Amino acid sequence: MARIIVITSGKGGVGKTTTAAAMAMGLAQRGHRTVVIDFDVGLRNLDLIMGCERRVVYDFVNVINGEANLNQALIRDKRCDSLYVLPASQTRDKEALTQEGVGKVLEDLGKGYDYIVCDSPAGIEHGATMAMYFADDAVVVTNPEVSSVRDSDRMLGILASKSRRAEQNDEPIKEHLLLTRYSPERVERGEMLSVNDVQEILSLNLLGVIPESQAVLNASNAGIPVVLDNESNAGMAYNDMVSRYLGEDLPMRFLDAERKGIFSRIFGG
Amino acid sequence: MAVPTSPDTTAAPTSAAEPGVGSDLSPAFELKASSFTLPVIRLLALDMDAVEAQLAPKVEQAPGFFRNTPVVIELSALPREDGSVAFPQLVGMLRGLGMIPVGVRGGTARQNEAARAMELAILGDSTRVARQAPPEPAPARRDAEASSAAAETHAPAAGAGSSGSLLVDRPVRSGQRLYAAGGDLTVVGPVSSGAELMADGNIHVYGPLRGRVIAGLQGNLGARIFCRDLQAELVSVAGHYRVSENIPADLKGRSVQVFLDHQVLRIEPIG
Repeated sequence: MARIIVITSGKGGVGKTTTAAAMAMGLAQRGHRTVVIDFDVGLRNLDLIMGCERRVVYDFVNVINGEANLNQALIRDKRCDSLYVLPASQTRDKEALTQEGVGKVLEDLGKGYDYIVCDSPAGIEHGATMAMYFADDAVVVTNPEVSSVRDSDRMLGILASKSRRAEQNDEPIKEHLLLTRYSPERVERGEMLSVNDVQEILSLNLLGVIPESQAVLNASNAGIPVVLDNESNAGMAYNDMVSRYLGEDLPMRFLDAERKGIFSRIFGG
Repeated sequence: MAVPTSPDTTAAPTSAAEPGVGSDLSPAFELKASSFTLPVIRLLALDMDAVEAQLAPKVEQAPGFFRNTPVVIELSALPREDGSVAFPQLVGMLRGLGMIPVGVRGGTARQNEAARAMELAILGDSTRVARQAPPEPAPARRDAEASSAAAETHAPAAGAGSSGSLLVDRPVRSGQRLYAAGGDLTVVGPVSSGAELMADGNIHVYGPLRGRVIAGLQGNLGARIFCRDLQAELVSVAGHYRVSENIPADLKGRSVQVFLDHQVLRIEPIG
């Protein structure tokens, strides 16, 4: 059976879809057969981030309703053979995701894949609870600011009580914290919560810290998951995240503000 | 299942009947407002036999908790077709199980009428607005399910403890609510801001305490709160409470106990 990973946060705009794309691409690049599912029915974005928006024929809701089979709806990534995308429907609403239907699709996918990455919508309503219900692992994406931290905390509470594992009294979902849009300079100036502050509030296993980076926006606009951009700090940090998820013990990078040398100060580097 | 109300702010004896306006009678009563936490039975179906079949074993598990307990019957989750509730049967069954049905809430006009005929009070209903003009009735329902699910997380543990005490060894997250009915509540992990702990007895928190804690929920004046790192949003013992703003800064982050001393809530460092 495939391992099901939900990328969630509660709050919107923190980087869930970017993280889902990076996680899926990272796992696939390491040779694991991976499928990434967009649960944000009605507000789909994953197809854009993955750069497959012009190849969407059928979607997740079509499969749930039996209007298409999985193979018709899955889109194979052009850059990586072992990665598939299951896009959300843009024309329905989230009520179209039934627990039974979602469960059936995940079960079918589970036979042919190693990892299923679920990109959750924001909020704690139906779409988000459907995305997390069947999960084995949860990556809680959090920005270093108080409202995002509180929403993540709330999400962790729901993960602990409303998932299938909780209902069946199985081993609980494995929870991981991912800090995104981290700016060491702003932390130093006291304008942003530090990694330690967030860790202290959420007391959770830290999977990675992604620095704030222009590369993320550029990658989104180009439809290339930022994890493929090995030049950028964000790309490297996402690669570390995937490796840590797979069990490697790597030190956290990009936590300290860059010291500007005398030359760059003079020449405005 | 319990519905906590905001802490009783009128605990201090304030509104005694005006003594002697042109008369020398000593006051025979005081009129006061007070809030109580009552168990709510949320009906999901109209079949009273099914309700009884499922409720009776629960009562058997914790007879002490239900004996002579006032209960409120919640009607808002019933199918919207305005089915008539068999109140005589329901009230008789609840009394038979030792409970004292006191009122209903969330009913339709017809249901309320039927309840009134059984001398049940019609209680305030915060969900009524949503029910009368429901563009999307589903969210409210789900919200309720979410909170009941959160409450469910403690149910097995609560059943395990014989005295109604509850031990939780994982973090209590924002939005989660734990209630130790009839006993103490002990949390070994952190309690997040936005989480709520309630107990009829004492509350112990060994991680940082950032949420709301209400000890002596049913009025036990001897209940205390113990914590190792006080950062709480609100502490309350038997209705006397203090919000974070009114907790002295030098007590923040310290090991303290919170208790009542002659109707005054005291927070004192320990250890």
